[in-house]
Amino acid sequence: MAIAAKAHAATTATAVRVRRVRAADIPQVIGLDTRVTKLAKAEYWNDVFRRYGKQRLRERFFLVAEGCTDGANSHVLGFIIGEVRAWEFGSTPCGWVFALSVEPEMRLQSVATELFEAISNEFKKAGVGKMRTMVARDAHLPMLFFRSEGMMAGPYIQLEKDLD
Amino acid sequence: MRLQISTRLAIFAALELTASEGRQLSVADIGEKYGVSSHHLAKVMHVMGRAGLVRSVRGAGGGYQFAGNPRRTTLLDVAQLFEELSSVEHDSGAADATPEDLALREVLNEIDDIARATLGSITIATMRKLVDRRGSSSGLRSKTDPPGRRVQSRL
Repeated sequence: MAIAAKAHAATTATAVRVRRVRAADIPQVIGLDTRVTKLAKAEYWNDVFRRYGKQRLRERFFLVAEGCTDGANSHVLGFIIGEVRAWEFGSTPCGWVFALSVEPEMRLQSVATELFEAISNEFKKAGVGKMRTMVARDAHLPMLFFRSEGMMAGPYIQLEKDLD
Repeated sequence: MRLQISTRLAIFAALELTASEGRQLSVADIGEKYGVSSHHLAKVMHVMGRAGLVRSVRGAGGGYQFAGNPRRTTLLDVAQLFEELSSVEHDSGAADATPEDLALREVLNEIDDIARATLGSITIATMRKLVDRRGSSSGLRSKTDPPGRRVQSRL
């Protein structure tokens, strides 16, 4: 089922369709993540698919952007994963995005924006009015992207400690 | 956090020049809107020009154009032309630094890091969106709105 079938055919070379992940997409998700992070973690992604692609789907969203280049062949251009969480850190229910990745050669073609808008709509449909994410300070591209989508610093400060 | 007047003017000038594609304005045009002297603003524009963020256009109707990429130029890129924003080591390696000195420096460095990360995460294009959103939510016309551009909420 297409979640946000707003194709940008006029502005991008490839039409993009955002839909929920399927089992058959996972090898492509693993491949994309490996190319981007240089770290293969198939077990992790299979576990994420079990938890976010199959369970509690009204509050968990594992979405992929699919490119349809010739009407027949399609492939995963990017993915976004998030869920509605409630009462952690005293927060009222809100949407959390914890993964976003786009094929490097497909960047600057609105793929991430399509994914971001699609998961925003899913969060809204799930009844929450706020979404959050966490980005490493030195992760320049994702930081610029989330900022460009209107995300601002929230009321929490992330704290950590080395465990001796 | 406070920014130098020159930094603020440079950011406002960048917003002015990127309010529409290829927009070209004189120092006097920008200075008039923000109530600052052309002399002061000219110095700011000179620094931005040396950094490749603006280019001057000579001749009748000349002025300045934005020369950077608004989607890649961050507030940090602009601010560090006028301010010392690098993480100050505060002589943390000094032999006579006390534990109190070291602890305070650690906290101050954390503040510096967050300030730098924030400025480095917001591009001129993102700032334009923020300006537009502020204008729409307040119903006010932004100083950087080009003539004829109207705030949506007032339509």
